[in-house]
Amino acid sequence: MTASIDIRDAFKTFGHGPQAIHALEHANLTIRPNEFVTFVGASGCGKSTLLRMIGGLESLSRGSIAVNGQPIAGPGVDRAMVFQHYSLYPWLTVTQNIKFCRQLKAHTRDRTSADVEKAAGRADALIRLMGLSHVADAYPSQLSGGMQQRVAIARALMSRPPILLMDEPFGALDAQTREVMHDLIRHVHRMEGSTIVFVTHDVEEAIYLGQRIVLMAPRPGRIDTLYDVPLPAERHQDMKLAPEFLALKREILERIRETSGMKTDLEQLARLNADVGADAALTTD
Amino acid sequence: MSASKRAGGGGSPLWQIRSAIDPRQYWLLALFGLVAPLVAWLVASHLDGTDKVFLPGPADVLARIWSWATDDDLAADVAISTWRVVAGWALSAAIALPLGLFIGSYRAVQALLEPLTDFVRYMPAVAFIPLVMLWVGIEEGSKVAIIFIGTFFQMVLMVAEDVRRVPLAQIEAAQTMGATRSEILEKVIVPSAKPALLDTLRVTMGWAWTYLVVAELVASNSGLGYAVLKAQRFLQTDKIFAGILLIGLIGLLIDQGFRLVHRKAFPYLAGRHR
Repeated sequence: MTASIDIRDAFKTFGHGPQAIHALEHANLTIRPNEFVTFVGASGCGKSTLLRMIGGLESLSRGSIAVNGQPIAGPGVDRAMVFQHYSLYPWLTVTQNIKFCRQLKAHTRDRTSADVEKAAGRADALIRLMGLSHVADAYPSQLSGGMQQRVAIARALMSRPPILLMDEPFGALDAQTREVMHDLIRHVHRMEGSTIVFVTHDVEEAIYLGQRIVLMAPRPGRIDTLYDVPLPAERHQDMKLAPEFLALKREILERIRETSGMKTDLEQLARLNADVGADAALTTD
Repeated sequence: MSASKRAGGGGSPLWQIRSAIDPRQYWLLALFGLVAPLVAWLVASHLDGTDKVFLPGPADVLARIWSWATDDDLAADVAISTWRVVAGWALSAAIALPLGLFIGSYRAVQALLEPLTDFVRYMPAVAFIPLVMLWVGIEEGSKVAIIFIGTFFQMVLMVAEDVRRVPLAQIEAAQTMGATRSEILEKVIVPSAKPALLDTLRVTMGWAWTYLVVAELVASNSGLGYAVLKAQRFLQTDKIFAGILLIGLIGLLIDQGFRLVHRKAFPYLAGRHR
Protein backbone atom coordinates (compact mmCIF):
# COMPACT_ATOMS: atom_id res chain seq x y z
CA MET A 1 0.00 0.00 0.00
CA THR A 2 1.38 3.33 -1.02
CA ALA A 3 0.26 6.76 -2.17
CA SER A 4 1.43 10.07 -3.63
CA ILE A 5 1.12 13.45 -1.95
CA ASP A 6 0.62 16.73 -3.84
CA ILE A 7 1.15 19.99 -1.99
CA ARG A 8 -0.02 22.99 -4.06
CA ASP A 9 0.78 26.55 -2.97
CA ALA A 10 0.09 25.77 0.70
CA PHE A 11 0.02 28.64 3.21
CA LYS A 12 -0.33 28.56 6.97
CA THR A 13 -0.77 31.68 9.09
CA PHE A 14 -1.35 31.64 12.86
CA GLY A 15 -3.16 34.65 14.30
CA HIS A 16 -4.33 37.84 12.61
CA GLY A 17 -3.10 41.31 11.66
CA PRO A 18 0.40 42.54 12.49
CA GLN A 19 0.93 39.78 15.09
CA ALA A 20 0.25 37.01 12.56
CA ILE A 21 2.94 34.35 12.29
CA HIS A 22 3.62 33.16 8.76
CA ALA A 23 4.43 29.54 9.53
CA LEU A 24 4.40 28.49 5.88
CA GLU A 25 4.23 30.29 2.54
CA HIS A 26 4.03 29.09 -1.08
CA ALA A 27 4.83 25.46 -0.33
CA ASN A 28 4.84 23.30 -3.47
CA LEU A 29 5.97 19.68 -3.39
CA THR A 30 5.10 16.36 -4.97
CA ILE A 31 5.98 13.21 -3.06
CA ARG A 32 5.98 10.02 -5.14
CA PRO A 33 4.44 6.70 -4.08
CA ASN A 34 6.78 4.70 -1.84
CA GLU A 35 9.20 7.61 -1.55
CA PHE A 36 11.07 8.29 1.72
CA VAL A 37 11.27 12.08 2.10
CA THR A 38 12.85 13.91 5.03
CA PHE A 39 12.16 17.53 6.05
CA VAL A 40 15.01 19.43 7.74
CA GLY A 41 15.56 23.07 8.63
CA ALA A 42 16.22 25.58 11.39
CA SER A 43 13.58 25.89 14.13
CA GLY A 44 10.55 27.88 13.04
CA CYS A 45 10.85 26.83 9.40
CA GLY A 46 7.41 25.17 9.43
CA LYS A 47 8.56 21.58 8.88
CA SER A 48 6.37 20.18 11.64
CA THR A 49 3.50 22.44 10.60
CA LEU A 50 3.66 21.14 7.02
CA LEU A 51 3.75 17.53 8.26
CA ARG A 52 0.75 18.16 10.52
CA MET A 53 -1.06 19.76 7.57
CA ILE A 54 -0.49 16.59 5.51
CA GLY A 55 -1.77 14.61 8.50
CA GLY A 56 -4.90 16.76 8.60
CA LEU A 57 -4.21 17.92 12.17
CA GLU A 58 -3.64 21.50 10.98
CA SER A 59 -5.86 23.27 8.45
CA LEU A 60 -4.49 25.16 5.45
CA SER A 61 -4.85 28.94 5.29
CA ARG A 62 -4.59 28.72 1.49
CA GLY A 63 -3.70 26.13 -1.16
CA SER A 64 -4.37 22.43 -1.19
CA ILE A 65 -2.92 19.05 -0.28
CA ALA A 66 -4.05 15.95 -2.15
CA VAL A 67 -3.39 12.26 -1.53
CA ASN A 68 -3.57 10.15 -4.72
CA GLY A 69 -5.25 13.16 -6.35
CA GLN A 70 -7.97 13.43 -3.67
CA PRO A 71 -7.87 16.67 -1.64
CA ILE A 72 -7.65 15.92 2.07
CA ALA A 73 -10.08 17.22 4.69
CA GLY A 74 -8.92 16.45 8.21
CA PRO A 75 -7.13 13.36 9.50
CA GLY A 76 -7.74 10.02 7.79
CA VAL A 77 -6.83 6.35 8.12
CA ASP A 78 -4.70 6.62 4.94
CA ARG A 79 -2.17 8.81 6.81
CA ALA A 80 -0.82 7.35 10.06
CA MET A 81 1.35 9.50 12.29
CA VAL A 82 4.14 8.87 14.80
CA PHE A 83 4.75 11.63 17.36
CA GLN A 84 7.89 12.51 19.32
CA HIS A 85 6.42 11.28 22.63
CA TYR A 86 3.44 10.99 25.01
CA SER A 87 1.24 9.46 22.33
CA LEU A 88 1.00 5.89 23.71
CA TYR A 89 -1.92 4.93 25.94
CA PRO A 90 -0.40 4.20 29.36
CA TRP A 91 -3.42 2.17 30.54
CA LEU A 92 -3.03 -0.35 27.68
CA THR A 93 -0.35 -3.01 27.28
CA VAL A 94 2.00 -3.01 24.30
CA THR A 95 -0.23 -5.44 22.37
CA GLN A 96 -3.39 -3.51 23.25
CA ASN A 97 -1.76 -0.24 22.14
CA ILE A 98 -0.79 -1.77 18.80
CA LYS A 99 -4.31 -3.12 18.30
CA PHE A 100 -5.96 0.13 19.39
CA CYS A 101 -7.31 0.95 15.93
CA ARG A 102 -9.28 -2.32 15.95
CA GLN A 103 -11.59 -0.74 18.55
CA LEU A 104 -12.51 2.08 16.15
CA LYS A 105 -15.46 1.98 13.77
CA ALA A 106 -13.23 3.22 10.93
CA HIS A 107 -11.33 -0.09 10.98
CA THR A 108 -13.99 -2.64 11.84
CA ARG A 109 -16.46 -2.50 8.94
CA ASP A 110 -17.41 -5.90 7.40
CA ARG A 111 -15.93 -7.73 10.32
CA THR A 112 -15.71 -11.49 9.91
CA SER A 113 -13.81 -14.04 11.93
CA ALA A 114 -11.27 -14.19 9.10
CA ASP A 115 -10.75 -10.40 9.45
CA VAL A 116 -10.22 -10.77 13.19
CA GLU A 117 -7.71 -13.54 12.62
CA LYS A 118 -5.90 -11.51 9.99
CA ALA A 119 -5.67 -8.53 12.37
CA ALA A 120 -4.30 -10.73 15.15
CA GLY A 121 -1.72 -12.09 12.73
CA ARG A 122 -0.85 -8.55 11.65
CA ALA A 123 -0.34 -7.47 15.26
CA ASP A 124 1.86 -10.51 15.93
CA ALA A 125 3.93 -9.84 12.82
CA LEU A 126 4.46 -6.19 13.85
CA ILE A 127 5.42 -7.20 17.39
CA ARG A 128 8.05 -9.52 15.92
CA LEU A 129 9.20 -7.02 13.28
CA MET A 130 9.69 -4.37 15.99
CA GLY A 131 11.41 -6.77 18.40
CA LEU A 132 8.72 -6.38 21.05
CA SER A 133 7.90 -10.07 21.73
CA HIS A 134 9.41 -10.10 25.22
CA VAL A 135 7.46 -6.99 26.32
CA ALA A 136 4.14 -7.69 24.54
CA ASP A 137 2.21 -7.66 27.83
CA ALA A 138 4.13 -4.82 29.51
CA TYR A 139 2.78 -1.30 30.01
CA PRO A 140 4.47 1.61 28.18
CA SER A 141 5.74 3.08 31.47
CA GLN A 142 7.84 -0.07 31.95
CA LEU A 143 9.67 0.45 28.62
CA SER A 144 12.65 2.60 27.61
CA GLY A 145 12.11 5.55 25.27
CA GLY A 146 13.37 3.56 22.29
CA MET A 147 11.03 0.63 22.97
CA GLN A 148 8.11 3.05 23.41
CA GLN A 149 8.77 4.49 19.95
CA ARG A 150 8.83 0.98 18.47
CA VAL A 151 5.34 0.49 19.91
CA ALA A 152 4.20 3.84 18.48
CA ILE A 153 5.50 2.87 15.02
CA ALA A 154 3.88 -0.58 15.20
CA ARG A 155 0.58 1.00 16.23
CA ALA A 156 0.74 3.41 13.29
CA LEU A 157 1.49 0.55 10.88
CA MET A 158 -1.28 -1.73 12.20
CA SER A 159 -3.88 -0.61 9.66
CA ARG A 160 -1.41 -0.78 6.72
CA PRO A 161 -1.51 2.97 6.05
CA PRO A 162 -0.27 3.98 2.57
CA ILE A 163 1.40 7.03 4.13
CA LEU A 164 3.43 7.18 7.34
CA LEU A 165 4.10 10.64 8.80
CA MET A 166 6.84 10.91 11.44
CA ASP A 167 7.31 14.07 13.53
CA GLU A 168 10.83 13.92 15.04
CA PRO A 169 10.09 10.41 16.34
CA PHE A 170 13.66 9.77 17.53
CA GLY A 171 14.35 13.30 18.82
CA ALA A 172 14.31 12.22 22.47
CA LEU A 173 16.43 9.06 22.05
CA ASP A 174 20.14 8.61 22.72
CA ALA A 175 22.56 8.28 19.77
CA GLN A 176 22.99 4.47 19.93
CA THR A 177 19.26 3.73 20.17
CA ARG A 178 18.68 6.15 17.33
CA GLU A 179 21.06 4.28 15.00
CA VAL A 180 19.19 1.03 15.67
CA MET A 181 15.88 2.79 14.99
CA HIS A 182 17.21 4.19 11.71
CA ASP A 183 17.96 0.74 10.33
CA LEU A 184 14.62 -0.50 11.66
CA ILE A 185 12.61 2.22 9.93
CA ARG A 186 14.51 1.69 6.65
CA HIS A 187 13.60 -2.00 6.96
CA VAL A 188 9.95 -1.09 7.60
CA HIS A 189 9.97 1.14 4.51
CA ARG A 190 11.17 -1.77 2.35
CA MET A 191 8.80 -4.33 3.90
CA GLU A 192 5.64 -2.22 4.02
CA GLY A 193 6.13 -0.12 0.91
CA SER A 194 4.47 2.92 2.49
CA THR A 195 5.33 6.47 1.54
CA ILE A 196 7.22 7.98 4.49
CA VAL A 197 7.52 11.68 5.34
CA PHE A 198 9.97 12.20 8.19
CA VAL A 199 10.65 15.47 10.03
CA THR A 200 13.96 15.93 11.88
CA HIS A 201 16.39 18.64 12.95
CA ASP A 202 19.30 16.19 12.61
CA VAL A 203 20.92 16.51 9.16
CA GLU A 204 22.75 13.16 9.41
CA GLU A 205 19.47 11.43 10.19
CA ALA A 206 17.79 13.20 7.26
CA ILE A 207 20.47 12.03 4.78
CA TYR A 208 20.78 8.48 6.11
CA LEU A 209 17.02 7.87 5.96
CA GLY A 210 15.79 9.89 3.01
CA GLN A 211 15.82 9.38 -0.72
CA ARG A 212 15.10 13.07 -1.02
CA ILE A 213 15.64 15.91 1.45
CA VAL A 214 13.40 18.95 1.66
CA LEU A 215 15.31 21.81 3.28
CA MET A 216 13.02 24.43 4.80
CA ALA A 217 13.83 27.94 5.99
CA PRO A 218 12.21 30.21 8.60
CA ARG A 219 10.67 33.72 8.64
CA PRO A 220 8.50 33.14 6.73
CA GLY A 221 8.46 29.32 6.80
CA ARG A 222 9.09 28.03 3.29
CA ILE A 223 10.58 25.23 1.21
CA ASP A 224 14.12 26.34 0.33
CA THR A 225 15.98 23.58 -1.51
CA LEU A 226 15.41 19.96 -2.55
CA TYR A 227 18.35 17.50 -2.49
CA ASP A 228 18.49 13.99 -3.99
CA VAL A 229 20.48 11.71 -1.73
CA PRO A 230 23.28 10.09 -3.79
CA LEU A 231 23.21 6.80 -1.84
CA PRO A 232 21.91 3.37 -2.92
CA ALA A 233 18.52 2.19 -1.67
CA GLU A 234 20.25 -0.31 0.62
CA ARG A 235 21.89 1.71 3.42
CA HIS A 236 24.31 0.79 6.17
CA GLN A 237 26.00 2.76 8.95
CA ASP A 238 29.43 2.89 7.18
CA MET A 239 27.92 5.13 4.51
CA LYS A 240 27.84 7.98 7.03
CA LEU A 241 31.60 8.28 6.44
CA ALA A 242 31.41 8.14 2.61
CA PRO A 243 32.71 11.31 0.90
CA GLU A 244 29.41 11.96 -0.91
CA PHE A 245 27.52 11.65 2.40
CA LEU A 246 29.85 14.10 4.14
CA ALA A 247 29.79 16.52 1.20
CA LEU A 248 25.99 16.61 1.22
CA LYS A 249 25.97 17.00 5.00
CA ARG A 250 28.31 20.00 4.75
CA GLU A 251 26.24 21.58 1.99
CA ILE A 252 22.97 21.21 3.91
CA LEU A 253 24.42 22.41 7.24
CA GLU A 254 25.82 25.48 5.50
CA ARG A 255 22.48 26.27 3.89
CA ILE A 256 20.66 25.85 7.23
CA ARG A 257 23.12 28.25 8.83
CA GLU A 258 22.61 30.78 6.04
CA THR A 259 18.84 30.65 6.30
CA SER A 260 18.48 30.46 10.09
CA GLY A 261 19.19 34.17 10.60
CA MET A 262 21.33 33.52 13.69
CA LYS A 263 24.60 35.05 12.50
CA THR A 264 24.75 37.50 15.43
CA ASP A 265 25.25 34.55 17.76
CA LEU A 266 28.96 34.49 16.88
CA GLU A 267 29.49 38.08 18.06
CA GLN A 268 27.58 37.28 21.24
CA LEU A 269 29.78 34.25 21.82
CA ALA A 270 32.97 36.28 21.30
CA ARG A 271 31.76 38.83 23.85
CA LEU A 272 30.92 36.07 26.35
CA ASN A 273 34.36 34.53 25.87
CA ALA A 274 36.01 37.90 26.49
CA ASP A 275 34.03 38.27 29.76
CA VAL A 276 34.96 34.79 30.93
CA GLY A 277 38.62 35.53 30.14
CA ALA A 278 38.50 38.73 32.20
CA ASP A 279 36.86 36.89 35.14
CA ALA A 280 39.46 34.16 35.04
CA ALA A 281 42.27 36.75 35.07
CA LEU A 282 40.77 38.38 38.19
CA THR A 283 40.34 35.18 40.22
CA THR A 284 43.72 33.57 39.61
CA ASP A 285 46.37 34.98 41.88
CA MET B 1 32.99 18.21 50.47
CA SER B 2 32.08 21.83 51.17
CA ALA B 3 31.43 22.28 47.47
CA SER B 4 28.97 19.39 47.39
CA LYS B 5 27.23 20.77 50.47
CA ARG B 6 26.73 24.11 48.80
CA ALA B 7 25.14 22.30 45.85
CA GLY B 8 22.58 20.67 48.15
CA GLY B 9 24.20 17.24 47.98
CA GLY B 10 26.07 16.51 51.20
CA GLY B 11 24.95 15.83 54.75
CA SER B 12 22.47 13.28 56.07
CA PRO B 13 20.29 11.60 53.42
CA LEU B 14 17.26 12.69 55.49
CA TRP B 15 17.86 16.26 54.41
CA GLN B 16 18.57 15.70 50.72
CA ILE B 17 15.84 17.19 48.61
CA ARG B 18 13.45 14.47 47.32
CA SER B 19 15.90 11.74 48.19
CA ALA B 20 14.43 8.35 49.16
CA ILE B 21 14.80 7.30 52.81
CA ASP B 22 14.89 3.96 54.57
CA PRO B 23 11.30 2.58 54.97
CA ARG B 24 11.94 1.89 58.68
CA GLN B 25 12.91 5.51 59.21
CA TYR B 26 9.80 6.55 57.29
CA TRP B 27 7.43 4.58 59.52
CA LEU B 28 9.22 5.67 62.70
CA LEU B 29 8.83 9.31 61.70
CA ALA B 30 5.17 8.78 60.75
CA LEU B 31 4.49 7.13 64.11
CA PHE B 32 6.27 9.94 65.94
CA GLY B 33 4.26 12.52 63.99
CA LEU B 34 1.04 10.89 65.19
CA VAL B 35 2.04 10.08 68.78
CA ALA B 36 3.83 13.34 69.67
CA PRO B 37 0.72 15.58 69.53
CA LEU B 38 -1.19 12.96 71.56
CA VAL B 39 1.50 13.04 74.25
CA ALA B 40 1.57 16.84 74.20
CA TRP B 41 -2.22 16.84 74.62
CA LEU B 42 -1.98 14.35 77.51
CA VAL B 43 0.66 16.44 79.28
CA ALA B 44 -1.13 19.74 78.74
CA SER B 45 -4.42 18.37 80.09
CA HIS B 46 -2.73 17.04 83.24
CA LEU B 47 -0.91 20.26 84.10
CA ASP B 48 -2.09 21.88 87.32
CA GLY B 49 -4.69 24.50 86.69
CA THR B 50 -5.94 23.06 83.41
CA ASP B 51 -9.72 23.17 83.56
CA LYS B 52 -11.47 20.12 82.05
CA VAL B 53 -13.90 22.49 80.36
CA PHE B 54 -11.02 24.34 78.75
CA LEU B 55 -9.05 21.23 77.70
CA PRO B 56 -10.35 17.72 78.41
CA GLY B 57 -7.76 14.93 78.39
CA PRO B 58 -7.65 11.98 75.98
CA ALA B 59 -9.14 9.71 78.64
CA ASP B 60 -12.14 12.05 79.09
CA VAL B 61 -12.72 12.13 75.33
CA LEU B 62 -12.47 8.34 75.04
CA ALA B 63 -14.91 7.94 77.94
CA ARG B 64 -17.28 10.35 76.21
CA ILE B 65 -17.08 8.42 72.94
CA TRP B 66 -17.84 5.24 74.87
CA SER B 67 -20.89 6.68 76.63
CA TRP B 68 -22.02 8.26 73.36
CA ALA B 69 -21.82 4.86 71.70
CA THR B 70 -23.60 2.97 74.50
CA ASP B 71 -26.27 5.45 75.67
CA ASP B 72 -26.63 8.06 72.95
CA ASP B 73 -26.68 6.08 69.69
CA LEU B 74 -23.38 7.21 68.19
CA ALA B 75 -23.84 4.70 65.35
CA ALA B 76 -27.00 6.50 64.19
CA ASP B 77 -25.21 9.87 64.22
CA VAL B 78 -22.30 8.43 62.22
CA ALA B 79 -24.68 6.78 59.77
CA ILE B 80 -26.82 9.85 59.11
CA SER B 81 -23.80 12.16 58.77
CA THR B 82 -22.03 9.76 56.43
CA TRP B 83 -25.20 9.45 54.37
CA ARG B 84 -25.54 13.25 54.06
CA VAL B 85 -21.91 13.76 53.07
CA VAL B 86 -21.85 10.90 50.58
CA ALA B 87 -25.21 11.92 49.07
CA GLY B 88 -24.15 15.57 48.59
CA TRP B 89 -20.79 14.53 47.22
CA ALA B 90 -22.24 11.84 44.89
CA LEU B 91 -24.83 14.26 43.56
CA SER B 92 -22.16 16.81 42.74
CA ALA B 93 -19.96 14.10 41.16
CA ALA B 94 -22.88 12.89 39.03
CA ILE B 95 -23.19 16.36 37.49
CA ALA B 96 -19.58 17.58 37.72
CA LEU B 97 -18.02 14.58 35.91
CA PRO B 98 -19.94 14.88 32.60
CA LEU B 99 -20.00 18.69 32.77
CA GLY B 100 -16.27 18.93 33.51
CA LEU B 101 -15.59 16.48 30.67
CA PHE B 102 -17.35 18.81 28.24
CA ILE B 103 -15.77 21.99 29.67
CA GLY B 104 -12.33 20.37 29.37
CA SER B 105 -12.92 19.02 25.85
CA TYR B 106 -14.75 21.86 24.10
CA ARG B 107 -13.57 25.47 24.22
CA ALA B 108 -17.11 26.70 23.51
CA VAL B 109 -18.52 24.96 26.60
CA GLN B 110 -15.55 26.25 28.60
CA ALA B 111 -16.24 29.85 27.51
CA LEU B 112 -19.92 29.43 28.36
CA LEU B 113 -19.60 27.88 31.82
CA GLU B 114 -16.16 28.31 33.35
CA PRO B 115 -16.26 32.05 34.22
CA LEU B 116 -19.67 31.53 35.86
CA THR B 117 -18.39 28.56 37.88
CA ASP B 118 -15.30 30.50 38.89
CA PHE B 119 -17.57 33.28 40.14
CA VAL B 120 -19.94 31.05 42.10
CA ARG B 121 -17.23 29.00 43.80
CA TYR B 122 -16.04 32.03 45.77
CA MET B 123 -19.45 32.43 47.36
CA PRO B 124 -19.45 30.97 50.90
CA ALA B 125 -21.65 27.90 51.25
CA VAL B 126 -22.79 29.07 54.72
CA ALA B 127 -24.34 32.15 53.18
CA PHE B 128 -26.62 29.94 51.09
CA ILE B 129 -28.29 28.45 54.20
CA PRO B 130 -31.25 30.86 54.26
CA LEU B 131 -31.80 30.41 50.54
CA VAL B 132 -31.57 26.62 50.81
CA MET B 133 -34.13 26.66 53.64
CA LEU B 134 -36.39 28.82 51.51
CA TRP B 135 -36.05 26.76 48.34
CA VAL B 136 -35.38 23.21 49.53
CA GLY B 137 -37.00 23.30 52.95
CA ILE B 138 -35.58 22.00 56.24
CA GLU B 139 -35.77 18.26 55.53
CA GLU B 140 -32.81 15.98 54.65
CA GLY B 141 -32.61 17.59 51.21
CA SER B 142 -31.37 20.86 52.70
CA LYS B 143 -28.31 19.21 54.34
CA VAL B 144 -27.45 17.41 51.13
CA ALA B 145 -27.91 20.69 49.23
CA ILE B 146 -25.43 22.58 51.43
CA ILE B 147 -22.79 19.88 50.94
CA PHE B 148 -23.54 19.91 47.21
CA ILE B 149 -23.03 23.69 47.04
CA GLY B 150 -19.80 23.40 49.00
CA THR B 151 -18.23 20.80 46.71
CA PHE B 152 -19.83 21.03 43.27
CA PHE B 153 -18.27 24.22 41.87
CA GLN B 154 -14.74 23.28 42.91
CA MET B 155 -15.25 19.77 41.58
CA VAL B 156 -16.36 20.91 38.10
CA LEU B 157 -13.26 23.05 37.68
CA MET B 158 -10.95 20.29 38.88
CA VAL B 159 -12.55 17.72 36.57
CA ALA B 160 -12.21 20.12 33.63
CA GLU B 161 -8.54 20.62 34.48
CA ASP B 162 -7.96 16.84 34.73
CA VAL B 163 -9.49 16.46 31.27
CA ARG B 164 -7.38 19.27 29.82
CA ARG B 165 -4.22 17.57 31.12
CA VAL B 166 -4.70 14.59 28.78
CA PRO B 167 -1.66 14.86 26.45
CA LEU B 168 -2.65 16.29 23.06
CA ALA B 169 -0.47 13.64 21.35
CA GLN B 170 -2.76 10.89 22.74
CA ILE B 171 -5.77 12.61 21.21
CA GLU B 172 -4.06 13.40 17.90
CA ALA B 173 -2.78 9.82 17.60
CA ALA B 174 -6.40 8.62 17.84
CA GLN B 175 -7.47 11.21 15.24
CA THR B 176 -4.87 9.95 12.77
CA MET B 177 -6.18 6.43 13.35
CA GLY B 178 -9.60 7.62 12.24
CA ALA B 179 -11.32 7.91 15.64
CA THR B 180 -14.57 9.87 15.71
CA ARG B 181 -15.21 12.60 18.29
CA SER B 182 -17.26 10.32 20.54
CA GLU B 183 -14.63 7.58 20.22
CA ILE B 184 -11.93 10.03 21.33
CA LEU B 185 -13.98 11.03 24.39
CA GLU B 186 -14.82 7.43 25.28
CA LYS B 187 -11.63 5.57 24.38
CA VAL B 188 -8.92 8.18 24.97
CA ILE B 189 -9.90 11.16 27.13
CA VAL B 190 -11.91 9.31 29.78
CA PRO B 191 -9.51 6.38 30.32
CA SER B 192 -6.51 8.74 30.20
CA ALA B 193 -7.98 11.11 32.80
CA LYS B 194 -9.38 8.36 35.08
CA PRO B 195 -6.55 8.26 37.66
CA ALA B 196 -6.60 12.05 38.02
CA LEU B 197 -10.40 12.01 38.25
CA LEU B 198 -10.32 9.47 41.07
CA ASP B 199 -7.85 11.73 42.91
CA THR B 200 -10.21 14.67 42.41
CA LEU B 201 -13.10 12.61 43.81
CA ARG B 202 -10.96 11.71 46.83
CA VAL B 203 -9.94 15.31 47.54
CA THR B 204 -13.48 16.67 47.11
CA MET B 205 -14.81 13.95 49.44
CA GLY B 206 -12.56 15.49 52.09
CA TRP B 207 -14.01 18.92 51.42
CA ALA B 208 -17.55 17.53 51.59
CA TRP B 209 -16.83 16.36 55.16
CA THR B 210 -15.64 19.84 56.14
CA TYR B 211 -19.09 21.16 55.18
CA LEU B 212 -20.88 18.68 57.46
CA VAL B 213 -21.06 20.95 60.51
CA VAL B 214 -22.32 23.80 58.34
CA ALA B 215 -24.93 21.52 56.76
CA GLU B 216 -26.17 20.30 60.14
CA LEU B 217 -26.70 23.91 61.23
CA VAL B 218 -29.95 23.65 59.28
CA ALA B 219 -32.73 22.40 61.53
CA SER B 220 -31.03 19.12 62.48
CA ASN B 221 -31.61 16.82 65.39
CA SER B 222 -29.07 14.16 64.48
CA GLY B 223 -25.59 13.71 63.11
CA LEU B 224 -21.99 14.29 64.22
CA GLY B 225 -22.01 17.96 63.24
CA TYR B 226 -25.26 18.53 65.11
CA ALA B 227 -23.79 16.80 68.18
CA VAL B 228 -20.80 19.15 68.11
CA LEU B 229 -23.10 22.18 67.82
CA LYS B 230 -25.30 20.95 70.70
CA ALA B 231 -22.26 20.22 72.87
CA GLN B 232 -21.11 23.79 72.22
CA ARG B 233 -24.37 25.07 73.71
CA PHE B 234 -23.82 23.07 76.92
CA LEU B 235 -20.06 23.65 76.99
CA GLN B 236 -19.38 19.87 76.77
CA THR B 237 -15.84 20.34 75.52
CA ASP B 238 -15.08 16.61 75.64
CA LYS B 239 -17.97 15.92 73.26
CA ILE B 240 -16.79 18.65 70.88
CA PHE B 241 -13.39 16.93 70.86
CA ALA B 242 -15.05 13.55 70.34
CA GLY B 243 -17.13 14.78 67.40
CA ILE B 244 -14.22 16.47 65.68
CA LEU B 245 -11.95 13.45 66.13
CA LEU B 246 -14.62 11.07 64.82
CA ILE B 247 -15.14 13.19 61.71
CA GLY B 248 -11.38 13.20 61.14
CA LEU B 249 -11.19 9.44 61.64
CA ILE B 250 -14.01 8.68 59.20
CA GLY B 251 -12.40 11.03 56.67
CA LEU B 252 -9.05 9.25 57.06
CA LEU B 253 -10.69 5.83 56.53
CA ILE B 254 -12.50 6.97 53.38
CA ASP B 255 -9.30 8.57 52.05
CA GLN B 256 -7.38 5.32 52.56
CA GLY B 257 -10.20 3.47 50.80
CA PHE B 258 -9.83 5.74 47.78
CA ARG B 259 -6.07 5.18 47.73
CA LEU B 260 -6.58 1.43 47.82
CA VAL B 261 -9.01 1.59 44.90
CA HIS B 262 -6.49 3.76 43.02
CA ARG B 263 -3.77 1.13 43.46
CA LYS B 264 -6.06 -1.72 42.41
CA ALA B 265 -7.68 0.07 39.48
CA PHE B 266 -4.55 1.51 37.88
CA PRO B 267 -1.79 -1.10 38.08
CA TYR B 268 0.03 0.61 35.20
CA LEU B 269 0.85 3.49 37.55
CA ALA B 270 2.94 1.16 39.74
CA GLY B 271 5.75 3.71 39.87
CA ARG B 272 3.49 6.41 41.28
CA HIS B 273 2.05 4.36 44.13
CA ARG B 274 4.75 4.28 46.75
